[in-house]
Amino acid sequence: MGRLLTLMLGGTLTSLKIFFLTLLFALPLGLLVAKGRMSKHRIISSLVNGYIMIMRGTPLILQLIFVYFAPYYVFGASSDRFTAVIIAYAINYAAYFAEIYRGGIQSIPQGQLEASSVLGFTKVHTFTHIVMPQVVKRIMPAMGNEVITLVKDTALAQTIGVAELFRVAQNAAAREFSTMPIFVAGVFYFVMNAIVSKSFDLIERKLDYYK
Amino acid sequence: MSVISVEHVRKSFSTLEVLQDISFSLNSGEVLSIIGPSGSGKSTLLRCITNLETVDSGTIVIGGDTLVTTGPDGTAVYADKGTITRIRLRVGLVFQNFNLFPHFSVLRNITEAQIHVLKTPRQEATERAYDLLAKMGLGDKAKAYPYQLSGGQQQRVSIARALALRPQVLCFDEPTSALDPELTGEILAVIRELATEHMTMMVVTHEMAFARDISDRVIFMDEGFIVEEGTPKQVFSDTKNERTRRFLSRFGS
Repeated sequence: MGRLLTLMLGGTLTSLKIFFLTLLFALPLGLLVAKGRMSKHRIISSLVNGYIMIMRGTPLILQLIFVYFAPYYVFGASSDRFTAVIIAYAINYAAYFAEIYRGGIQSIPQGQLEASSVLGFTKVHTFTHIVMPQVVKRIMPAMGNEVITLVKDTALAQTIGVAELFRVAQNAAAREFSTMPIFVAGVFYFVMNAIVSKSFDLIERKLDYYK
Repeated sequence: MSVISVEHVRKSFSTLEVLQDISFSLNSGEVLSIIGPSGSGKSTLLRCITNLETVDSGTIVIGGDTLVTTGPDGTAVYADKGTITRIRLRVGLVFQNFNLFPHFSVLRNITEAQIHVLKTPRQEATERAYDLLAKMGLGDKAKAYPYQLSGGQQQRVSIARALALRPQVLCFDEPTSALDPELTGEILAVIRELATEHMTMMVVTHEMAFARDISDRVIFMDEGFIVEEGTPKQVFSDTKNERTRRFLSRFGS
């Protein structure tokens, strides 16, 4: 049992790495994608829209396989498995985040932009100091949903042979002819997501200083 | 000396002509009220002067610098970005819906532009904000957030926010339309006080009694035209114009 837990903690570590690296890249990338989607240039906005359609319209597992194997057929070499996972997850989650950002940005009343304009703020200052802080507050519930899904989606990384938590649990289950490790993994995911939920609650409460 | 001069300004939203050949000027220290039915173009005119809307043609000069003028091909030619940035701060605007920044304290609502646009040192900006708040009777509200204030208090904060940049002209776009009668009185009192200090102001309003009391000059607009322009007495009491008379009769004045 002790050995099993050690193995599973190792898998958890891999899952956590996927989780945090995906957030690290997808959160800023999503903002860029949202900006592109809202661009006044028709070409940019339709290109970005196409990208979002593909990312949301096909299974993540398929995208993962594509990102891992496509370079092999094109360049004759693959990136390593873990890198492929991070790339696939980052570009997939960026698409979802982008739509959440877009919803948030478009929900900010026009009057906020007009007041900023009359007061002489630059576009950058308006975006970073007036719009985004209010967007962050508004999108927290939707972001919470997405981030919780990401914790569970890390299990897909095993498709291309990354030994994350679920793969480790499955291997252990096969070795020991027992489904117990799978259920232990379930508890691990549950605990991770309990922490994620709690964190979002805390952030939401912190942002509650204004209405 | 005229602070704002508007000549032959035209503006349409697709086929609807909202401003049709508008010309007037605003002199330093003067209070000008713009009255007229909804949809007459009053707010659009203010928004063109504050550069929230662009005009189709015509000239707007603010504090001696040209914001926009009609080019040889008959369309509007705007000043370069630097000039626009410089002259837009000469005109402050108070909105109907206040448009305070909800995530900033009252104090920061007033200091943000001073610090980041005018590059006023924080200490000085804060002092100015406290002075203005005291003047607005909100000396104790600096730390509050907009949602904790009544509509009237929010509007006074937004007046302070506009005044903090020391504009040459302060424009009001129906500043009391979102307020109940009691709070309306609060705001009108503030504007009246500014008038006694000879602040140059342009007020778009539906408060006829107030406009008559406070204004040096009144413009009556309808369907994108200036129908009548004159002293409050000329417009409110002695008008010969049938349209003006019909509009004013609804207010029993």
